[in-house]
Amino acid sequence: MKEFICTVCPRGCHLKVDENTLAVTGNSCARGVEYGRNEAVNPMRTLTSTIAIEGGIHRRLPVRTDRPIPKSKIFECMEIIHQCKEKSPVKAGQVIVENIAGTGANLIATRNM
Amino acid sequence: MFEYDLAVIGGGPAGLAAALSAYENGIQKIVILERDVELGGILNQCIHNGFGLHRFGEELTGPEYAQRFIDRLKDTAITVMLGTMVLELTSDKTITCVNKTEGLFTISAKAVILAMGCRERNRGPIGMPGDRGSGIFSAGCAQRYINIDGYMVGSRVVILGSGDIGLIMARRMTLEGAKVLAVAEIMPHSNGLNRNIVQCLNDFGIPLYLSHTVTEVVGRSRLEKVVISQVDSNFKPIPGTEKEFECDTLLLSVGLIPENELSRKAGVPIDPRTNGAVVYDDMQTETDGIFACGNVLHVHDLVDFVSAESEKAGRNAAEYIKNGCKPTDKTGAVVIQNGNGVSYTVPQKAVLSRVEKGLEIFFRVRQKSEKSVIEVKNNDRVIAAFKRDFLAPGEMEKITIPKKLLEGCEGTITVSVGGAK
Ligand SMILES: Cc1cc2nc3c(=O)[nH]c(=O)nc-3n(C[C@H](O)[C@H](O)[C@H](O)COP(=O)(O)OP(=O)(O)OC[C@H]3O[C@@H](n4cnc5c(N)ncnc54)[C@H](O)[C@@H]3O)c2cc1C
Ligand code: SF4
Repeated sequence: MKEFICTVCPRGCHLKVDENTLAVTGNSCARGVEYGRNEAVNPMRTLTSTIAIEGGIHRRLPVRTDRPIPKSKIFECMEIIHQCKEKSPVKAGQVIVENIAGTGANLIATRNM
Repeated sequence: MFEYDLAVIGGGPAGLAAALSAYENGIQKIVILERDVELGGILNQCIHNGFGLHRFGEELTGPEYAQRFIDRLKDTAITVMLGTMVLELTSDKTITCVNKTEGLFTISAKAVILAMGCRERNRGPIGMPGDRGSGIFSAGCAQRYINIDGYMVGSRVVILGSGDIGLIMARRMTLEGAKVLAVAEIMPHSNGLNRNIVQCLNDFGIPLYLSHTVTEVVGRSRLEKVVISQVDSNFKPIPGTEKEFECDTLLLSVGLIPENELSRKAGVPIDPRTNGAVVYDDMQTETDGIFACGNVLHVHDLVDFVSAESEKAGRNAAEYIKNGCKPTDKTGAVVIQNGNGVSYTVPQKAVLSRVEKGLEIFFRVRQKSEKSVIEVKNNDRVIAAFKRDFLAPGEMEKITIPKKLLEGCEGTITVSVGGAK
């Protein structure tokens, strides 16, 4: 059994998911079933962080993955993010790292600087 | 002395939406006064995603959300004065400011929109005991150091307060290589979104201690140790429940206070429940021609609501100016009150005769409940009821009372949660 808090709506039902059958209990509506299964099988997160930038109005440039990545890849991506350095000007949406850590997601800038 | 039709104080999401909406409603001479070096307000340091789901149907980061509004300024004649601190506002709408190019100068405006946002509470008002070494930051201040200025604030961290800012910072510090040892929350529940509990704490195995508070802070030059204790139902620490954490950093996420020094000095009446101005249904304060919106009016959790509320303020300020700045007729205004289970309402007053489709009321409930009914009374008569599956203090609620149900109402309108004490 794995336990999760459903985050689809503010009620926050405490879900229990059977790893073998993927049966979900504790949900108050059908959306909780889908959420619980995804969390049990392959939880995905959008990663947001900052990288170093030279010549901008600030010293850090905010970035994010352009789609959710597997939760298990977060720290591997952070290691790459720590190595990144850009020079101003950068445009919002500009790709900083393609296919970061083999996740299929690109790391993009989230503002102009 | 500069003259404008409309002066907007603060260039965060509230100020931006208000100025744009006034412009679109026919006002040309608008100035936004912002003390920071750029527009966007607190959103610039909120690099996480989760903004704009209601408004744009997608999850944007703070800077991306702000940019959508900043981009729209280009096609307007709105003047933006950055690096400009407003020092004083008077009830006749004269504004004293200071910046590097003009020095000390004044602006006179036909209408003013207050959009100064809020600031964080620090350790003083919560009476935290112990040494006063370095290493103690408010969470939002640490957020700015890390996300904008590029300074890491510490390596072993305890966080007091489990509101969204505290939770977001627990994740942010962890991603940057710090060890977050504990998040302590004095209440028996967290006011943060479930999503943040899951994605900021549970994802990283960070423990949340509910009904706990900081009872000792040790470290004369730099923080060395924090002690937390469990509290009883009167929030008194229980001896023998102490837990010690060796750490160099303590982040405080203990609430936000609307920044109303300017409003108070201008004589704008403040509501002690919200710490923001008392406003009417048109977002106008008790002082003619001064409007308020966003976090300076009441603390919002969702920026989407800030934008919507501020557009309303901008639209009504435009109407006020176009009507020749005549004092608004407030005869017969009803007073909107919080009843059982409700901690405040915005607006606090309304002129029902000018309500178009319905009267929108924002409020917060005092406690969690399921399958509840929100009851609206005019004096002692129930005029409307709204069903809600789930209510929680951390989520701002909104009801819209249709115009036809408001017919004949006078005196007071009370919003309460049915059944709650
Ligand atoms: C850490 C944090 C995390 C958040 N996370 C989320 C989230 O995930 N999703 C979401 O939807 N919402 C979130 N919010 C809420 C949302 O960001 C705020 O509700 C919103 O930014 C409020 O907008 P505002 O314009 O009222 O205030 P602000 O953004 O604070 O802007 C006020 C502006 O006024 C300026 N100002 C103040 N006084 C003066 C003066 N005297 N002279 C000149 N300028 C002045 C300030 O410099 C500032 O730029 C978060 C808020 C915080 C603090
Ligand atoms: S299971 Fe349904 S009701 Fe419960 S939190 Fe998830 S979406 Fe909300």
